[in-house]
Amino acid sequence: MQLLKLKKFINQLYHNMRTICFYFQVHQPFRLKRYRFFDIGHDPYYFDEFANKSIMRKVAEKCYLPANQVFLDLVKEYGGRFKISYSISGTAIDQFEMYAPDVLESFKKLAATGHVEFISETYSHSLSALKSKDEFERQVKLHRNKIEQHFGIVPKTFRNTELIYSDKVGEMVADMGYKVMLMEGAKHVLGWKSPNYVYCNPINPKLNLLLKNFQLSDDIAFRFSNRGWDGWPLTAEKFVGWLNQLDRREEVINLFMDYETFGEHQWKETGIFDFLKALPRTVFNMSDFGFNTPSEVVEKIDPVGVVNVPYPCSWADEERDLTAWLGNALQDEAFNNLYSLIDKVEKCGSPDLKRDWLYLQTSDHFYYMCTKWFSDGDVHKYFNPYNSPYEAFINYMNILSDFIIRLNKCTR
Amino acid sequence: MKVLMFGWEFPPHITGGLGTACYGLTKGLAHFGVDMIFVVPKSYGDEDESFLRLRDAGQVALSEELINYEEFWKKITYLEVGSTLIPYMSPEEFELAFEGKILDHTEIKKSVISKHFKFSGTYGKNLMHEVSRYALIAAAIAETNQFDVIHSHDWLTYPAGIAAKEVSGKPLVIHVHATEFDRSGEHINHQVFDIEKKGMEVADKVITVSNLTRNIVIERYGIDPDKVVTVHNAVDPVTINNEITNTKGVDEKIVTFLGRITFQKGPEYFIEAANKVLKKDPNVRFVMAGSGDMMNRMIKRVAELGIATKFHFAGFLKGSEVVDMFSMSDVYVMPSVSEPFGISPLEAMRSSVPVIISKQSGVSEILHHAIKVDFWDIDAMADAIYGLLNYNAISSMFRTLGKDEVENLKWENAAFKVKEIYKSVIS
Repeated sequence: MQLLKLKKFINQLYHNMRTICFYFQVHQPFRLKRYRFFDIGHDPYYFDEFANKSIMRKVAEKCYLPANQVFLDLVKEYGGRFKISYSISGTAIDQFEMYAPDVLESFKKLAATGHVEFISETYSHSLSALKSKDEFERQVKLHRNKIEQHFGIVPKTFRNTELIYSDKVGEMVADMGYKVMLMEGAKHVLGWKSPNYVYCNPINPKLNLLLKNFQLSDDIAFRFSNRGWDGWPLTAEKFVGWLNQLDRREEVINLFMDYETFGEHQWKETGIFDFLKALPRTVFNMSDFGFNTPSEVVEKIDPVGVVNVPYPCSWADEERDLTAWLGNALQDEAFNNLYSLIDKVEKCGSPDLKRDWLYLQTSDHFYYMCTKWFSDGDVHKYFNPYNSPYEAFINYMNILSDFIIRLNKCTR
Repeated sequence: MKVLMFGWEFPPHITGGLGTACYGLTKGLAHFGVDMIFVVPKSYGDEDESFLRLRDAGQVALSEELINYEEFWKKITYLEVGSTLIPYMSPEEFELAFEGKILDHTEIKKSVISKHFKFSGTYGKNLMHEVSRYALIAAAIAETNQFDVIHSHDWLTYPAGIAAKEVSGKPLVIHVHATEFDRSGEHINHQVFDIEKKGMEVADKVITVSNLTRNIVIERYGIDPDKVVTVHNAVDPVTINNEITNTKGVDEKIVTFLGRITFQKGPEYFIEAANKVLKKDPNVRFVMAGSGDMMNRMIKRVAELGIATKFHFAGFLKGSEVVDMFSMSDVYVMPSVSEPFGISPLEAMRSSVPVIISKQSGVSEILHHAIKVDFWDIDAMADAIYGLLNYNAISSMFRTLGKDEVENLKWENAAFKVKEIYKSVIS
């Protein structure tokens, strides 16, 4: 114990104490095709292959391939000084295998540098943590195996779907042996506290928590190209200037965002890639910050205290709660019906049904049924293949009805 | 005998029973040697024109004189109304309509009396606009054609009938397939009401599709009872030449609602009854086919009740899909709050499906082999559904007797009565 503390102390002396932790979420759902009542009992294939393939190819060309190249160059250029981390959902990896093996190869190259961390999550980017510990653990294991299979890395850090976190979820994650978990630095959770420290779970203090600095993260992810924003245009110098204005005692700046930010949400023409290329150099020249991956951060920095989250929070919308996925009658009906099938699915040996079971759990399907169209309506519309939440619900329930018929046949 | 007939829709481009009824009736009339010019706002080219001449109002250019016919236009100033009146709209249409700007009044007028006008032939936000233009075209057609009597189907074409009568001096028969009270309950649209009342007053005879509607016309619109005659609708005896393309993919029995999902059709009573049945009998699925302004509320209600894995929304169905849907159904329910007639139960019975209909429907006046319940009595409705699903004796009886009964309801009979009415107004 003494030795470990000494090691940390030396680490702090010899390395930059202050650090930036970059984490990117890579996720694609298996979108459902239009599935009518007449198809129930006849058509066991639920997915819109054309949409899934074309969207994957589009995002690959605009984001994954160019962004991976930029990061690969930066990691190589700065040796071990520039580091990043990813969580790639199992559904995204499955789609890479099917439609974009070039993307998968480029992630493997990043993994091979040794300076990129890959993070655990549920296989299908699901909401299972809110419903069933067993199902949640099953999916996390599936995902962990997938990551190890492709990248030769066993993840040490955990990130739940859309940063959904509560004390209870944290406890489950700690039980699975993870030392660090990512969450949203939500105002209603933190109160006066700053997200720029390491915290820990109150039930199991061994689980360290890294909290997203949503101000600085969203400056890049959402506001970068917004000409109405007074920070526009955002340059690396300006951004590092803001970092330098932070209290010197603040230790870690967690910049968490969708990977699709680069090239897809913020187009190449906005200069987002140039910003990225300039950022590490500017950070090294102008500040005393460094870069670390989540598991390195908690090696270096001790938690300053606990953060209590009795009710789940997430990184979605203004409310930072679960209402993007759950809470209205449509979402609850679909969600409860889906998870009433857990036991039956377990008894069923069919690999096809197991695969559909995973893909149907993807949180996006519930997101499409969201009826709050006001403050965050634009974001919801952008990601939504349906004209209305009602349409999304009908389609999902038709498919689920067919799935139930198949499941009953399988377990009969 | 030659009839100038005005209708808003004609198969296959229909939104409900109106177009189907027009088709059946005109075919029946042709059987008795009646010539007809049938004017629709917009023709698509694939209508069945074997027994009548279909005129596309959009293809009729207005002559200079008629454009100067603005005098006439002024006479029927009640036609100049705002264009936000939209009776039958699906949620998608509603969204589209209100995304666009509503035309201002002068623009409407200018466009209505311009030389050419493009009809959508639907029930969109420029409906009043189209109704007015249609009336003007009617006048143009009436001026240049020979005929003995004018026949207008439902309020959208009453102004056209009135205009044609003004120009030609020929007698006018209007055919009430529905009234504003059926569509909107007590919260009627007064502009529509006024048009309906005017049409009934100007007409030489008013045909209603049921005694239920006849009473409304007499009591609510104050029309002389001697002028109002009931002619019940019928149904085409031959099934449409359609192969059944979709077969049932589920083991459970299917109970179907098919119609616009609007106040008039009582969809909420169907859902509540479904919920009651599902509590007793898990071996059944419910299907609501159609669209309408209450659809989203109905979807939400189904979710709230937690029956969404057994209650399905099939969307709006067209021709062959309707046949498919009936072929899969074990019970058909029409819980209309107010239904002047209601052709769809007849179509169900023709496909050997037992039906449950509300007492508040015109069709209940003529049907014997159907279960009749009050639309609000969801217990009775649930009971009837359960009975038809589980007691084979009654359902098989309904299947055979119902089919016979429907096959004896012929459009020829209805057409014969209509022809008699023509004779009475011509002499």
